[in-house]
Amino acid sequence: MDLNYSPEETAFRDEVRAWIGANLPNDLRDKVLSYRELSKDDLLRWHKILAKKGWIAPHWPKEWGGTNWTVVQRYIFEEECGAAGCPLVVPFGVRMCAPVLLRFGTDAQKQRFLPRMYNGDDFWVQGYSEPGAGSDLASLKTRAVREGDHYVVTGQKIWTTLGHYGDWIFCLVRTDPKTEKRQDGISFLLVDMKSPGITVRPIVLLDQSREVNEVFFDDVKVPADNLVHEENKGWTVAKFLLGYERMGTGNIAVCKRELARVKELAARAGLLDDPRFGDRLTRVEVELMALEITNLRFLDQLRGSRPPGAEVSLLKIKGTEIQQTLTELMMQTAGPLAPIFRPVTPDAPFDAFTAALFPRYCNVRKATIYAGSNEIQRNIIAKATLGL
Amino acid sequence: MDFEYSDEQRLLSETLRKFLGTGYSFDARGKIIASPVGFSEDVWAALAEMGILGVPFDAEHGGFGGSTVDMLVVMEALGEALVVEPYLATVGLGGRFVARGGSAAQRARILPALIQGKLKMAFAQTEAEARWDLAHVGTRATKSGDGWVLEGDKRAVLHGGCADQLVVSARTAGSPGGARGISLFLIERNSPGVKLVEYRGLDNLRLADIRLSGVRVGPESLLGAEGAGFALLEEVVDYATVLLCAEAVGAIKYAHDATLDYLKTRRQFGVPIGSFQALQHRMVDILISYEQARSIACLACVKVETADAAERRRVVSAAKIKVADAARHVSQEAVQLHGGMGMTEELKISHTFRRLTMIAQAFGDADHHLARFAAARR
Repeated sequence: MDLNYSPEETAFRDEVRAWIGANLPNDLRDKVLSYRELSKDDLLRWHKILAKKGWIAPHWPKEWGGTNWTVVQRYIFEEECGAAGCPLVVPFGVRMCAPVLLRFGTDAQKQRFLPRMYNGDDFWVQGYSEPGAGSDLASLKTRAVREGDHYVVTGQKIWTTLGHYGDWIFCLVRTDPKTEKRQDGISFLLVDMKSPGITVRPIVLLDQSREVNEVFFDDVKVPADNLVHEENKGWTVAKFLLGYERMGTGNIAVCKRELARVKELAARAGLLDDPRFGDRLTRVEVELMALEITNLRFLDQLRGSRPPGAEVSLLKIKGTEIQQTLTELMMQTAGPLAPIFRPVTPDAPFDAFTAALFPRYCNVRKATIYAGSNEIQRNIIAKATLGL
Repeated sequence: MDFEYSDEQRLLSETLRKFLGTGYSFDARGKIIASPVGFSEDVWAALAEMGILGVPFDAEHGGFGGSTVDMLVVMEALGEALVVEPYLATVGLGGRFVARGGSAAQRARILPALIQGKLKMAFAQTEAEARWDLAHVGTRATKSGDGWVLEGDKRAVLHGGCADQLVVSARTAGSPGGARGISLFLIERNSPGVKLVEYRGLDNLRLADIRLSGVRVGPESLLGAEGAGFALLEEVVDYATVLLCAEAVGAIKYAHDATLDYLKTRRQFGVPIGSFQALQHRMVDILISYEQARSIACLACVKVETADAAERRRVVSAAKIKVADAARHVSQEAVQLHGGMGMTEELKISHTFRRLTMIAQAFGDADHHLARFAAARR
C-alpha cells in the first residue's frame, strides 16, 4: 500500500493541469465557479475540446478512443477537472449509453453511435424513470409495439435531466406487458428526439431551475435497428447501466473544490473561529478525506472490465451526503443575505454569487434522490454485499 | 499509488491471524484476562517468536524494518481479536520513543531485548489535571550531580504494571502547559522511589498510577535533548494514535461481522431479523462506517511517516475524529442490534463495545481532535 503519487503520476497531473489551464475557456470556468446555468452549447463546447484532445472517454476501449489510463490517472484527471472548474461532462452518452453499446450493441450500432457520441455531435439524455416507476423502476409502463421494421412507442418519462437539450434519448420500454416477472418484457431503445410525437415539458424544481423534464411519447416510430440487445432483455442492460450511472454521482473532485470554497467563504464571514461551525466543517472534511481513499480503494478493485457493483452504492451514499452538507455550510456563510435571490428591477446592483448559495442548497437535495435514492442504495448493499 | 497489501504484508496478516485464531480464541482470552497479571507471557513469547514485536524496528537490532502500513496489518489483527497484551505500550510507545529519540547506546540496550520479548515498556505521561494536553507536565526532574531527581504523579499509565522500563515525561524547566522544558527519561520500573498501584480497566487492559518520589537517574537515562522532549513526545503519541486507529478498525471489523452474522441467524416473527429493512439499513451504515474508518486509518498510516509535523497533526487528528465517531457508532449499533444478548458479558460483542469506547477516548477524544484539526486550519 502506497498512497503517495509516483513521479509518473505527478508528471501526468502536471500535464493535465497545464493543458486545462491552456484550454478551458474562461467564460465556461466562470460560469461553473459562480454556479450559473450552462447552456447546451456550453456543455458541448467543452465536450468537443476534450474530444479533440482525445480525453473525452478515458474508460472506453483504446480502439474506440479510450486513453488506457490507470485508475489513478483517471482519478487525477477528474480531480484536476474539478479543481479547475471544468464543466461536468454530461454523462448520459459517453459514460452511460456508451458502455451499454460496447457491451451489448451490434457492430453496426457501435459504428453508428459511438463516434458521434465521442465527438459530441448529439446530446444524449436518459429515459428511465416514469411517473409510476421511480425507485421501482421495473414497473415502467411506456409501451413499444413492434410493427414491421419499427416500434411504436407510447408513454411518458419523467425527471429527464437536460431533456430539453436532448437530440437522442435511450429508453427503457415495455415490449411485452404480459410476462409473469415485471423485469421480463422490458427492452432498451435508442430514440431520436426529433421524431414526430415527442413532447418535452420542463419541471420547475425546488430552486426554481429548469433542468429536468417530462418527455411524452405519442405513437413515436422508432426503427427496430435502434433496439439494443434482445427484445425483452432490456432489464439486463438497465442494471448494467445503473452501476455506471451511480459511479459519477459522488464527485469527489468537485466536493474538494467546494470544500475549499466553504473555507474561503467561512473565513470571510468570520465563521472559521466559531467552534460550532468549525466542528461541522471539520467533520465533513474528514469524511471527504476518508471517502477519497475509499473511492480509490474501490476503483482499484474495479480494474479491468468488471462493471461497477454495490461498491459504488456506498460511494454514492457518502458522496452525496457530503455534497449536501457542503452546500448547507456554504448557504450558512451567507447569513442574513441568504434569502436574496433576484433584484426586482433587472439592472439593480446584485451579488449573484451570494444569491446562488441558497438555490444551490435547494438544488443539491436532489443528490440523495437521483440515480437510485440513498435508501435504494442501502437496499442494494444489504442484498449484494451483506447478503441480507 | 497502490492500495493492496504486499505479499509480505498478506503473509504477516495470515500468520498472525492464524495464530490468534487458534491461540487467542474468546475463551482463551477469558482465561488470560482473569489471570493475576492480566496478560499471557506465553502469548507474548509467541508474538516475539513470530517477529511481531520487531515489525517496526531496524534490522540492526533484530527487527523487520517495517513501515506503519505493516503495523496497520498487525494492529487490525490484534484489534479484531481484542488482544490485551501490552503491544501498543511496548512497541508503539516505549519502543518507538527509543527508536526515534534514543542514543545508539540506549537503542542497543533496549530494542534487541524488547524485540525478543524479554523487556516490556510503558509511557508514563498523563497527570491528574492534564486531560489531553501533552504539554501539561508537572512532574519535575531536578538536576543533581550529573543526573536528575524526579518527583511527580502519573495517572492511568497503560500497562505500567508489567513494564520493565518506563518512558517518563518530566519538566526540567518551565511550567505545566509549556512545550519548552519537557524532558524524557528512561527509568527502570524497579528503581528506588517508583511506587505503583495497578488497576484493571473495564476494557480488560491494565493501567497503573505511578508515584515518583526522589527517583535518582543518571545521564544515560535522558532520552533526547534536555528540555526539548516535546516534539518527540508529540510525534510518538501521534504515531501511537494511528496504531490505535488501526486497532479500532480491526475491532470495528469484528463488530460488523458479528452483528451481520447475528442478523442472519437470529429469528423473530418466524424470519431472520436481517430480513427487516429497518435493520438492513442500519447494518449498511455500520459497513460504511467501517470502510470510511479503514480508509482514513490507511491514509494516516502512510502520512504519519512521510508528512511534515503540521500535515502529520492534521491527518492524525482527522483519523482520530473519524475513528472515534465510527467506534462510537458501530459499537453502539452492534449492541443494539444484538438486543439483550449484546448487553451480556458472555458475548465478545460486549467486550468489543468497551474496548472501542475507550479507544474513542484514548489520546484525545473526537472533541479534542476537532479542536486540534481546526487549529491546524488557522
